[in-house]
Amino acid sequence: MGSREHSMGADDATGSPDRHHSEVTLRVNGKPHTLIVDHRSVLLDVLRERLDLVGAKKGCDHGQCGACTVLVDGRRVNGCLLPAVALDGCDITTVEGLAAGAAGATGEELHPLQRAFVERDAFQCGYCTPGQICSAVGAIAEAEAGHPSHVTDPEAPSGQPVPLGPDEIRERLSGNLCRCGAYPNIVRAVEDVIR
Amino acid sequence: MADTGTTLGAPAERREGRDKVTGSARYAAEQTDAGRVHAWPVVAGIAHGTVRAVHTGAALALPGVLTVLSHDNAPRLAPADDATLAVLQSPRVPHRGWIVALVVAETLEEARAGAAAVRVDYDAVPHDVTLTDDHPDAYTPEQANGGSPAHREQGDPEAAFADAEVRVDTHYRVPPLHNHPMEPHAATARWDGGRLVAHDSSQGATTVRTVLASLFRLAEDDVTVISEHVGGGFGSKGTPRPPVVLAAMAARETGRPVTVALPRRFMAALVGHRAPTLHRFRLGATADGTLTSSLHEVTTHTSRIKEFVEQAAVPSRVMYAAPHRLSSHQVVPLDVPSPSWMRAPGEAPGMYAVESAMDELAVEAGLDPVELRVTNEPDTEPDSGKPFSSRHLVECLREGARRFDWARRDPRPRSRAEGPLLVGTGVAAATYPVMINPAQATAHGTPDGRFVVRINATDIGTGARTVLAQIAAHTLGVPLDRVHVDMGDSDLPPAPLAGGSSGTASWGWAVHDACTRLAARLAGHTGPLPDDGLRTHADTTGSADADSPYARHAFGAHFAEVTVDTVSGEVRVRRLLGVYAAGRILNARTARSQFIGGMTMGLGMALTEGSTMDGASGAFVESDLAAYHVPAHADVPDIEAHWIDEEDPHLNPMGSKGIGEIGIVGTAAAIGNAVHHATGVRYRELPLSPDKVLTGLTGLTPPIPTPTG
Repeated sequence: MGSREHSMGADDATGSPDRHHSEVTLRVNGKPHTLIVDHRSVLLDVLRERLDLVGAKKGCDHGQCGACTVLVDGRRVNGCLLPAVALDGCDITTVEGLAAGAAGATGEELHPLQRAFVERDAFQCGYCTPGQICSAVGAIAEAEAGHPSHVTDPEAPSGQPVPLGPDEIRERLSGNLCRCGAYPNIVRAVEDVIR
Repeated sequence: MADTGTTLGAPAERREGRDKVTGSARYAAEQTDAGRVHAWPVVAGIAHGTVRAVHTGAALALPGVLTVLSHDNAPRLAPADDATLAVLQSPRVPHRGWIVALVVAETLEEARAGAAAVRVDYDAVPHDVTLTDDHPDAYTPEQANGGSPAHREQGDPEAAFADAEVRVDTHYRVPPLHNHPMEPHAATARWDGGRLVAHDSSQGATTVRTVLASLFRLAEDDVTVISEHVGGGFGSKGTPRPPVVLAAMAARETGRPVTVALPRRFMAALVGHRAPTLHRFRLGATADGTLTSSLHEVTTHTSRIKEFVEQAAVPSRVMYAAPHRLSSHQVVPLDVPSPSWMRAPGEAPGMYAVESAMDELAVEAGLDPVELRVTNEPDTEPDSGKPFSSRHLVECLREGARRFDWARRDPRPRSRAEGPLLVGTGVAAATYPVMINPAQATAHGTPDGRFVVRINATDIGTGARTVLAQIAAHTLGVPLDRVHVDMGDSDLPPAPLAGGSSGTASWGWAVHDACTRLAARLAGHTGPLPDDGLRTHADTTGSADADSPYARHAFGAHFAEVTVDTVSGEVRVRRLLGVYAAGRILNARTARSQFIGGMTMGLGMALTEGSTMDGASGAFVESDLAAYHVPAHADVPDIEAHWIDEEDPHLNPMGSKGIGEIGIVGTAAAIGNAVHHATGVRYRELPLSPDKVLTGLTGLTPPIPTPTG
């Protein structure tokens, strides 16, 4: 992979920062990558085109579908909306980095959500799946940290963990579209993990 | 078949599940061949006319841009049977969004910037993109999609309708709809000498290979098309689409592997859509609800370059026993993108009309809508007179009614309110034909007791890899984990597409035959197997496509409960339940997912999905996922899918019917009927979005679609 980082794309041809390129260091799934990035490059394209991490998917490139959801410093984000140049020093977790034993796909152990998605058949074509899983990881953490959602009872105590029932899960994952219609199974998979 | 107990029908986990949840499954745009570059299309900004000039200088001057292809310099292709694939071959612009140039560059960013820098001059001429049912150019085609006759008439439906004791005479309107699989259409192509290798997001790589070989004047053996993982298609990847042709062209011109991934907003115009359908529906019945006459007249559009006729009147030929029947299609060629298949073409919009009209008749006659359907259950297929190989619609309706607690329903419209919400329930039937195509497969038994099945089937999310392994294991009488399935590559034995709910039946039949032969050879073999094992081959040509004396269809029943917000006009589905009779269910886990997925798309058709052809620009206005609303998590309740055991010996060796599409059929009608029950207002134009619903509730204008526009 190391050679790929400095072999692809005209932006690397110069090999040094200029008006349109900057050096950034992204810590991706625990491993630092120092890259010269085109200022137009979004995180999603850097992951997919430069680091060969294709788990984050491009469904719309406009922040409308959630297929590119990854975690930046623990928060879920649409990778297609974030210029990579603005992420110097950030910790990024992709679906490849969720499994225990790190190293993504080479890890034998699956993240509990990954296992639950397989068991509940919470996907069909699989294209939205990495985004759904990363989004669920983020959503569970947000609820645990007390972030309310549109369907959270306004009377619920502020700052306390929000219990995730089916309605909360549906609401909080509504930024992740699934055209195959696996939603009911995704809700069950998330419930399996938080139970 | 040998009986191994639980292999066939068992809820086996998806074989590629681990790859999909870890991100290691690679799709067509994710083939990072050394030196791979990217291409970005430039699409027409007019709806009708010709390209006068493509100015490429500014684009070519940008860093990283390798070439700009247009009709001026693109390689000449052999004539295309499908005119939508004749890309960059002529200056003609048949619709807005047609590809007029392609920029190839080292990176995505450079390709996109290059595309933005291309300037195109046009000679525009007036366009017409507006479908009306009295359009002067409307004509009756010879056939509708799938080879269905455009026009069928039996008895004297007009006279029988005029004489009927109870009549429904109404119009329905289904807008254009977009497939929008989550993976945009994409292809990566490279040339190895004279050989073309393409990774294509396709529902059937065998056809893609054939078409590419023809367009680029190659022997089929010199083309390999791989569709290992496909991020959904729903019909829109059923045949080749422009990206794979463009990628092959650009790779040849640049000598580099090239990826073409369509930007989402280009898809509405380039990958096919469900054509809008305008329905006139008339039902005549006796006072007890026995149908005497059924007239279903459909008007739809097609493009100027391709005749595609959504066969929306066809389900009227299958469903109910009216002695006097008319079902007809007329089509209007317009300056619009070419329509094509979208999940259950024909049945999905057609059954919205049939099942809405039946609900209107039930209300008109004062009958329970379940009982009305039971009353009109035919003995033989109404149009053909053929006996059904199996038909358990009544059982689906009864079982669904039981599970849904239908008996407790107060039939009076607007009889249930919860604060500002009106609550209603509705029912609709579903049907989808049995389609089977010939395929080839090989089976290979190795000395270590393992088996490899090879067939160019495609898994677009259905679980094909898994169910074919189950069929093989069952046929061979071996444990499932001893069977490996190779698929998704056109170098494998040829097979038809994943479409028309025909995949499992078509591929499974060939796998069954190859494995049956292998089992027989193994049974006759004494001593250890030779080092390279035993191999068998099967070709189901002549058997899978043999004419059947039976009418073969799957059936189902959908039940919905909705709430209608009288303040906002928002409709929400609270319960959605389907019961299906689809032959033998071969994998309970993946089958349930397909049923639920189809119903979810039906929910979208009912409530959220609608596209608008803008008369001024000729563009689909809702061209991205922010404007075209596919259902999101919060729209979808805990959907239930059930099935009844159905034995049918007239299908295929597995006894299965297709299940990929029936879930969408009738769902929109069930939801629409529930909205009528909730509100007392009959809405006849989809989707039932808050603007329409609120307008109907406040009685500002009658919620009847105008016959024009």
